[in-house]
Amino acid sequence: MKSVKIIKISAGNFSFWYGAMKALSGISMDIYENAVTGIIGPSGCGKSTFLRSINRMNDLIRGSRADGAMLLDGKNIFEPDVDVVELRRRVGMVFQRSNPFPKTIFDNVAYGLRVNGIKDRNYIAAKVEKSLKDAALWGEVKDRLRQNAFELSGGQQQRLCIARALAVEPEVLLMDEPASALDPTATLKVEELIHELKKKYAIIIVTHNMQQAARISDYTAFFMMGELVEYDQTTKIFTNPSKKITEEYITGRFG
Amino acid sequence: MKAKQAEEIIGFLLLRLCMAVIVVILCVIFYDSITKGIGSVSWEFLTAMPKNGMTEGGIFPAITGTFLVTVITAVLAIPLGMGCAIYLNEYAADTMVTRLIRLSIRNLSGVPSIVYGLFGVVLFVQFMRFGTCLLSAGCTLGLMTLPWTITASEEALKNVPKAYREGALALGATKWQSIRTNVLPYAVPGMLTGTILGLARAAGETAPILFTGAAFFMPFLPESLFSQFMALPYHLYIMSTQHHAITKVRPLAYGTALVLIVLVFAMNFSAVVIRYHLRKVKKE
Ligand SMILES: Nc1ncnc2c1ncn2[C@@H]1O[C@H](COP(=O)(O)OP(=O)(O)OP(=O)(O)O)[C@@H](O)[C@H]1O
Ligand SMILES: [Mg+2]
Repeated sequence: MKSVKIIKISAGNFSFWYGAMKALSGISMDIYENAVTGIIGPSGCGKSTFLRSINRMNDLIRGSRADGAMLLDGKNIFEPDVDVVELRRRVGMVFQRSNPFPKTIFDNVAYGLRVNGIKDRNYIAAKVEKSLKDAALWGEVKDRLRQNAFELSGGQQQRLCIARALAVEPEVLLMDEPASALDPTATLKVEELIHELKKKYAIIIVTHNMQQAARISDYTAFFMMGELVEYDQTTKIFTNPSKKITEEYITGRFG
Repeated sequence: MKAKQAEEIIGFLLLRLCMAVIVVILCVIFYDSITKGIGSVSWEFLTAMPKNGMTEGGIFPAITGTFLVTVITAVLAIPLGMGCAIYLNEYAADTMVTRLIRLSIRNLSGVPSIVYGLFGVVLFVQFMRFGTCLLSAGCTLGLMTLPWTITASEEALKNVPKAYREGALALGATKWQSIRTNVLPYAVPGMLTGTILGLARAAGETAPILFTGAAFFMPFLPESLFSQFMALPYHLYIMSTQHHAITKVRPLAYGTALVLIVLVFAMNFSAVVIRYHLRKVKKE
């Protein structure tokens, strides 16, 4: 573990509502640069909601409301002068359900570059190649970049979505169960990838797989019913949690 | 068990019967117009002016007129309808007002065409001073087609998964960029399908053009947007009910009907082709 920890994201008493339904209440936690932060917790506890608040994806949901602070590099992203488009470029996201666009493999990865105004073909081609390599997909697709992305397998599609997110050089990467639809080999690949990526990014990953959380994350947050129950270094959470309920959840003794 | 099976069989028979009735009716109409009309359809019929008080000659000006007026309809209804649908589906908040607007649009598609005709007279012919002409008739048909275009376009937009929009936004696309590059390309074929069906209906309408621009008889082609014009459906109406020698021109009327049916059929068929391609692309 590095001696100097830089705080990348900081949630301060952050709450979130879908209409009258409170999905997150009073979350306060710091997320560090060059580290993987795992979020675990039972289904429906607000993991995705928390993730989708960091790039303000939840803005799109009618009747939703946020309260409290979510700081990115010390600046509250919910302030009115924040450029949401720029925020979303800086905070990349891999969705819970992999969502390649019905375009070619190449165009999928190039999409983010193009919408950000990059026209230089050589640059785009080089960037697409680099992103696909970073996402450990290049070897499998380099001869068929012009094929429709829907022809890829589920695991390849998920890595394509990762490559697509990497292409625009985000600072933070939000991954919502990136390995939930993958076989063990593909999961391993994605995990190695995450390990590699944390050298450059702050990564937040939601997972239902306890072993996976223990393997890849440096910090782990345990959410339950919209509240942050416990947040600490992964080793601490998995060996000596301070709350009984955390231990019960991790060991699977929990309903 | 037995009773259940019998019920099943009877149900299926009834459904088949409904289907058969429809097919038979369609076939009779087709058979009737083809057998009676095909005799009058010739190259000359399609390309010549009407002669001798429309008892001889062709229907070229009517074909041209219908073509031109449909083009005007399309020019008006397609961009306006698509724009409206994009606004309603992508931008407008889901409020009482939007819902009311949507409901009104749905209802407008059920308003009788003669009402549009009268409205066209008031708005385009008189108030905007276009006079009775191609432009007035095209605009009237355009108005009539709009509800269809809007509804079909909105459906097409709804069919594009939300994940495409979110995925684009998450990469730093603006809302309009995500719509233009990641929603519209997948919605346009569906939008066109609905629009073409609406246009086909407009091409076959008589009432909206009756007072707004269609001419009883014109031995020359329209010269500008402000000329009157002949149109297939109106020509057919005249030939079968208003002509001074109705029995004599009956074959010509059937010929006109056949041309009109083929035209509408061709438009609908192209809509089906587009939809078929759309399905194929989606499956890939
Ligand atoms: N668009 C929405 N509108 C209304 N309620 C929502 C919406 N999305 C999520 N919720 C509710 O918010 C709560 C938290 O949902 P969230 O998706 O964040 O859970 P999660 O922890 O990611 O669950 P899972 O592990 O199943 O993905 C749930 O009760 C859910 O029903
Ligand atoms: Mg989730």
